[in-house]
Amino acid sequence: MSDAMTHTDKTDAPEDETKRDFIFIATGAVAAAGAASIAWPLVAQMGKAADTLAAGSIEINLANIDEGQQVKMLWRGKPVFVRHRTPAEIKEAEATNVAECPDPAEDNERLVPKADGTVDPRFLVMVGVCTHFGCIPLGEAGDFNGWYCPCHGSHYDTSGRIRKGPAPKNMEIPSYTYISDTVIKVG
Amino acid sequence: MSGHPSTYEPKYAAEKWLDQRLPIIRMGADFMTFPSPRNLNYWWTFGGILTLCLMTQIISGIILAMHYVPNVDMAFDSVQRIKRDVPFGWMLQPLHAVGASMFFLAVYMHMFRGLYYGSYKAPRELLWIFGCLIYLIMMATAFLGYTLPWGQMSFWGATVITGFFGAVPFVGESLQQWLLGGYAVNNATLNRFFALHYLLPFVIVALVGLHVWALHHVGQNNPIGVTPKTKSDTLSFHPFYTVKDAFALTVFLLIFAFFLFYLPDSLGHADNYIQANALQTPAHIVPEWYFLPFYAILRAVPDKLMGILLMVGAIVVLFVLPWLDTSKVRSMRFRPVAKWFFLFFLVFCFLLGWCGAETPDNYVFKLGDGGLTFYRLSQISTVYYFAYFLVILPVLGLVEKPIKRPESITKSVLGSSAHAPATAE
Repeated sequence: MSDAMTHTDKTDAPEDETKRDFIFIATGAVAAAGAASIAWPLVAQMGKAADTLAAGSIEINLANIDEGQQVKMLWRGKPVFVRHRTPAEIKEAEATNVAECPDPAEDNERLVPKADGTVDPRFLVMVGVCTHFGCIPLGEAGDFNGWYCPCHGSHYDTSGRIRKGPAPKNMEIPSYTYISDTVIKVG
Repeated sequence: MSGHPSTYEPKYAAEKWLDQRLPIIRMGADFMTFPSPRNLNYWWTFGGILTLCLMTQIISGIILAMHYVPNVDMAFDSVQRIKRDVPFGWMLQPLHAVGASMFFLAVYMHMFRGLYYGSYKAPRELLWIFGCLIYLIMMATAFLGYTLPWGQMSFWGATVITGFFGAVPFVGESLQQWLLGGYAVNNATLNRFFALHYLLPFVIVALVGLHVWALHHVGQNNPIGVTPKTKSDTLSFHPFYTVKDAFALTVFLLIFAFFLFYLPDSLGHADNYIQANALQTPAHIVPEWYFLPFYAILRAVPDKLMGILLMVGAIVVLFVLPWLDTSKVRSMRFRPVAKWFFLFFLVFCFLLGWCGAETPDNYVFKLGDGGLTFYRLSQISTVYYFAYFLVILPVLGLVEKPIKRPESITKSVLGSSAHAPATAE
């Protein structure tokens, strides 16, 4: 027994420090990679689930919306405003000097073209969420005849652009496409 | 946990046996005989009151969780069912809701006590920081819990608060949607808020353990801020302070019971009796009263990100306070100038709360064509809030001439007749 121990001690005697450091680092690296690979699912599970993502698009028939009417549709848990604008509202939106806007954008930049490349200025499609803290603005209201957010007093014009108040940006235009002349698909 | 020599002596064989293996009775006995400064006033009773508040919230919360359904279609109705159909639910649900307000009431008293008497100064910096951490997690827990009844204020409060994360540059939107588990506040959000709301109180319990441990290591501060030097400067925690705490607790419970039984809804918002509606925002989104000062700071600047940074800063500044206040004198009783600045600080905190409850464009008072709007008042108050911590306390400590402090607690209590302090015990 004691012979064996002595023998073992002898084989251990010349210590290879480089080899030992390598084993330490390699073991540590494997452990870290293992910890990270189990940590990631724990973090990622909080993201959007497959069914949430699958329910991410809706179709809207524009033919059902009369002039001067606005519809509110629930899309991804948020309202989408589709407003059939009157000629006066369109004129007002197009005539605006965008240099005066906090978030400059021409009216036609806020419209998505149809398959033939033309835009239909009658229909304004926006995410109906104030860019300040996410409240829902009221239609046909505010100093610019567009929308007004009652929470902290942001005024939007007939193109949904922020004109006055604390909101930093224009109301968001969702990604949508015309799947026929009168039907759009949002998302 | 105690920082004083143990006086516990096990009497029975079983006690001796246990004491040699797990000295848990000794720990309790040392806790009860902890030498506490003999001059503690009623501002020092909030530790005990807060312990009761935490226990009340945990027990009533566990009971509510047995009846509550964390699902967007059923949450609102399940809370109403608790109030109407579950035996004693009419009392248990408001006990939890009113209890949250009472918890914050007590924690604010406790914090203002610490601010006035300099309880954050050396060697109590960590004690103070653990307290700030508890307060921070209390706020998170309260916010998460407020979402659960799934009323209009629940839903829109959650939308606004999670919107703060959306203001983070570059990753904001992804971060916000990760927190929500969707594009907006939805069922996944409600489920995780419920899970976290159940978890965080136990994190608070752990932090309270550290807070009390730190307290028993450095000892309590006291109204004159002079460290106890002799045995006659202190009294055993029991029975002297257990009785004092019990009396204060009784008074506190009277106030609690008044709200619980007579005005259970007065501290909440009527809009929360309307079920959450993702298509309609309430006309005024207002947080619970205990968040109003921070809400006012948030709205005091026109820029969204700056507002959020200021609001977060208002909490962060508390964590570094021990290093901002340059005065070595703990108690403001002996700081003739600081005392006034503290009083103004208190007033401005209340003004911020008032601003948070009002519409920014409304007038505090009218003067001719103009006047003072709540927006302007919230700006003035925010400036003072930060100036108090970042300018006044750092500078004042260097220039103020403090009043002479008593040599000892015993002398301050017994006056000049305390030549023989040994007789006091």
